[in-house]
Amino acid sequence: MRERAEANLKDAEETVKLKVFRYDPEVEGKKDPRFDTFRVPFKKGMTVLDALIFARDHFDSSLTFRHSCRQAICGSDALFVNGRQRLGCKTQMSELEWPVRIEPLPHAEVVKDLVVDMEHFYDQMESVEPYFQTDELPSGEEQKQTRENREKVKMSTRCIWCSACMSSCNIAAGDNEYLGPAAINKAYRFAMDEREGEAMKEHRLNIIEQEHGVWRCQTQFSCTEVCPKDIPLTEHIQELKREAVKSNLKFW
Amino acid sequence: MSQSYDRGLIEDFGRWQEFSAGMWAWIFHKFTGWVLIGYLFTHIAVLSTSTVDGATYTMTLQSLESLLVVRILEVGLLAVAVFHILNGVRLLFVDLGVGLESQDKAFYAALIVSAAITVASIPTFLVGAF
Repeated sequence: MRERAEANLKDAEETVKLKVFRYDPEVEGKKDPRFDTFRVPFKKGMTVLDALIFARDHFDSSLTFRHSCRQAICGSDALFVNGRQRLGCKTQMSELEWPVRIEPLPHAEVVKDLVVDMEHFYDQMESVEPYFQTDELPSGEEQKQTRENREKVKMSTRCIWCSACMSSCNIAAGDNEYLGPAAINKAYRFAMDEREGEAMKEHRLNIIEQEHGVWRCQTQFSCTEVCPKDIPLTEHIQELKREAVKSNLKFW
Repeated sequence: MSQSYDRGLIEDFGRWQEFSAGMWAWIFHKFTGWVLIGYLFTHIAVLSTSTVDGATYTMTLQSLESLLVVRILEVGLLAVAVFHILNGVRLLFVDLGVGLESQDKAFYAALIVSAAITVASIPTFLVGAF
């Protein structure tokens, strides 16, 4: 494998260097975080994930990272590439400055190499009850959504739970209880869904306006900038803030 | 999250480069806000001298204005106040959900306008200071 890789490298017109964060608490001598450099042959259309897979398959099988669908849908490979949260499979090597520096997502516990503990992120996502629920069932068989309403929640439904936004958020970094952009976006997706009804919307607003909910957002726009699915997260958070104020001002 | 695992030097090195417009706007807004609060106290202290009598107040102001460092600080104060006002307007629009796509441009505009106003104010503040 290694020899073939060397041959590949020799034949390649262009090679790119990856500096990859390495850390393994279970192996003596790998407990100190360090950077390993891999040289991989560059091909047109190569993504960061492709490069990592090449490095793992040819040079070091212990290099650990999550990946699955390779088409920006599973949300497994959010990485910190050249100082920014990006999806490995969605980022072209040609877009980046070389050598490419790849680190695990900041503000999360590193399990091994590029793998971070996502448990806290999932807890926050679950806490906003990220599923459709209503007590206003229609009389007919179907519960239809208007086209306008679908259009309103369209962007928010695109979330792939990759945690890039959570990792980029300065507030989430300092406040573990903060729901974080992704969870609030999830809450937006259902709070704005008219089929859930007034009572459920009230319930959802109660969740997001608690102490560590929407009001922690300081509109730094970091989440919006890093979101690989281009969800206008800050816009959604701001809209929920306004909704929360409106429902609290309703004294009649 | 942040507290749980210390990645040491690797974590901090070059981190400021990842800051985007919105983040700088937030930092500057915090900083200018604290400066303005600090100024408020000195402002009240200086104004309070007028409760003694008019002459004391005039003397305090004149002696303060005769200091070069005060003149320069005044330029800084204007810069800080103007940026805080302009970015505050930007934040108002952000809160209203208007033009969120151009929030970064609004921040750069706020920076440029504050710089222009500050530069234009220098002759007024520093006349006769040297």
